[in-house]
Amino acid sequence: MLLDRAKYGFLLEELVQGFWLTLKYFFKEKYTINYPFEKNPISVRFRGEHALRRYPNGEERCIACKLCEAICPAQAITIEAEERADGSRRTTRYDIDMTKCIYCGLCQEACPVDAIVEGPNFEFATETREELFYDKSKLLDNGDRWEAQIAANLAKDAPYR
Amino acid sequence: MFTELISSVWPVLWIIIKIMAIIVPLLIGVAYMTYAERKVMGAMQLRHGPMTVGPFGLLQPLADGIKLFSKEMIIPTQANKAVFLLAPMLTFALSLIAWAVIPVEKGMVLANINVGILYLFAVSSMGVYGVLMAGWASNSRYAFLGGLRSAAQMVSYEVSMGLIIVCVLLCVGSLNLTDIVLTERPWWISVLLFPMFIVFLISILAETNRAPFDLPEGESELSGGFLVEYSAMAYALFFLGEYANMILMSAMATILFLGGWLAPIAALAWIPGIIWFGLKTAGVLFFFIWARATLPRFRYDQLMRLGWKIFLPFTLAWVVLIAGCLVYFDALP
Repeated sequence: MLLDRAKYGFLLEELVQGFWLTLKYFFKEKYTINYPFEKNPISVRFRGEHALRRYPNGEERCIACKLCEAICPAQAITIEAEERADGSRRTTRYDIDMTKCIYCGLCQEACPVDAIVEGPNFEFATETREELFYDKSKLLDNGDRWEAQIAANLAKDAPYR
Repeated sequence: MFTELISSVWPVLWIIIKIMAIIVPLLIGVAYMTYAERKVMGAMQLRHGPMTVGPFGLLQPLADGIKLFSKEMIIPTQANKAVFLLAPMLTFALSLIAWAVIPVEKGMVLANINVGILYLFAVSSMGVYGVLMAGWASNSRYAFLGGLRSAAQMVSYEVSMGLIIVCVLLCVGSLNLTDIVLTERPWWISVLLFPMFIVFLISILAETNRAPFDLPEGESELSGGFLVEYSAMAYALFFLGEYANMILMSAMATILFLGGWLAPIAALAWIPGIIWFGLKTAGVLFFFIWARATLPRFRYDQLMRLGWKIFLPFTLAWVVLIAGCLVYFDALP
């Protein structure tokens, strides 16, 4: 009893165990990554920055049905539509307030033509608030920029839908 | 005329050169100690640590330094300005002047005085005044509590540190740091001194206010303790002082217990002594960081209990034991 206590007190067993543990961790592989230079893989269903897609012939997909505007729980989407010269119905205004958006993905679920999608990009921080009020041209630009990856992701995810 | 001027100025100049030769590497060492701390703690917590500034984040200390230098220094209206400003200077200056007696190699010492260890001990004891003054002059409750804690803590642990040093001195028979390193010790004395080495390591953690004894700072309960009102350059001086003190204490442990600049085995004696000194000091410094990454902070009463009720009787008994052995085996120096 007394010997046990003396052993406990003087051999610093628990301290040695603790130090040994941290030393082992010192040589372990790190969990974190060197972020701007290395990135984690993301899911094909990742819901990042929005994009408006086009058909391969350059025609925009959106038909201004306003289902996304209706379903958006944060009411971040504003759409105005008009008939175009060739008789098709298109949007004249398609704004997303990215400061309101909660990235729930309901807009892309609601869209019957896969026009509005949330792409894989999550690095779109800006220096001013105003830059986050996306308009139609910005969203179409995003679509053009990320189309290849968005299309690949949609194709990969298609069997599970 | 010119030669006369040279001959009168040269001795002073030579001392200044020698001081610079100590202080400049020391300050670089301090800067990279902060980097090493962040890297080692990061590795032990499975993180990278600083990686962005320069290759592997090697320029991070420089960036931190520039940041601290260029920030605005805030002096609280309630503070006692003179003492408030004097405290960091004192801490920093004291951590530097102690290096005057540290021999990094045979003959490579600024002042090879015969009471080197006493000087070292005196200067490191003075360190508490910087903290106390900071705590008092800030006129803030947190800072005041931090200062109080620090004073009690440093005083408590100095007692056992003093007795540990007595143990070593009994075996060596000299207060001169160069002699302490050069005196040969029989193997059984090294075995007897080993527990004292462990106690010394723990005491220097308390002496430099490092985790797990960083109660004066105590981020979680005192939000920075005596440092709470300091910013910019004054804060940087405290920081430099703390790290310089860590290096100083490591150097002290190296000299007292690890054989200073001597190679551990004769086959490696071709490596210059100054490198051995650096390596051994770095090893003790690694222990500082290692302990910080491993141990949670002590409660204040536990700290006092450890100092007064365990270390003090233990070291006292060990002084008697070592003295007895030395007399019995007729090994007194």
